[in-house]
Amino acid sequence: MNPLAGCLLVSALLFAVGLAGALTRRSAILVLAGIELMLNAANLNFIAFWRYGSHPEALTGLIFVIFSIAVAAAEAAVGLALILAIYRHTRTSDVSEITEMKG
Amino acid sequence: MTLPFLILAIMTLAGGVAAMTLRRLVHCALALTIAFAGLAALYLNLGAEFAGLAQLLVYVGAIAILIVFAILLTRGGEEADEKRFSPAGFAGFVLALAVFGVLAWAVVTSSVANAPVLPAAPPAGMREIGTALMRQYVLPLEVIALMLTAAMIGAVILALRERKTSEIRG
Repeated sequence: MNPLAGCLLVSALLFAVGLAGALTRRSAILVLAGIELMLNAANLNFIAFWRYGSHPEALTGLIFVIFSIAVAAAEAAVGLALILAIYRHTRTSDVSEITEMKG
Repeated sequence: MTLPFLILAIMTLAGGVAAMTLRRLVHCALALTIAFAGLAALYLNLGAEFAGLAQLLVYVGAIAILIVFAILLTRGGEEADEKRFSPAGFAGFVLALAVFGVLAWAVVTSSVANAPVLPAAPPAGMREIGTALMRQYVLPLEVIALMLTAAMIGAVILALRERKTSEIRG
């Protein structure tokens, strides 16, 4: 197994951990943290493919990671503001108690 | 796989697992910071200096602090009881395990896992990254600047107290 496969396995494990957290935790903040972990796992894949790919001088993976970090920062800011607004409305940040839109 | 890579990978994964399983939300935020710092060190280890330092600045510096502020403002840290997983938690664990199984199977059986290692890439200097950002990727750069501004204004508006509308309604 070469270093690229090692990076991909670490990234897959990190993605699974983030997915498990996002699906199972009750706190909305930790759901958002799980989504951040999944985003970071994807970024690690980009860096690994840039580093061990056949055209590292093209810088594509590296530039994509920089843009992805910027998008993730915006996503975290808006997501946490949404959680604050929902908390102010319902006085809870527990995703299994926010059932106003439940059918 | 070298020893530093293994150490950093274990640190990152341990931080991630701790962030998703610990009971108190503040401990979760600290473990998440460790995971982000480990990822930044992994980027540095892979030769991506700029991405690693950007990860350190944005995630460890900004997003971790933002998450701590959100925990403080929602008083979620006090509600440390035995109900930290949702009722359908078991299905979520099984689903995540299945996703990891599929991903790991795809990686191990793919051709890249057994391909010969190419010679090491030349480290990307700041000059090359700046040139690429200013020439080839200048339109995405402007779009991301606009998006960051819009997200900042949107976050402020969302987090503002709705005093005026409630006064009008009342």
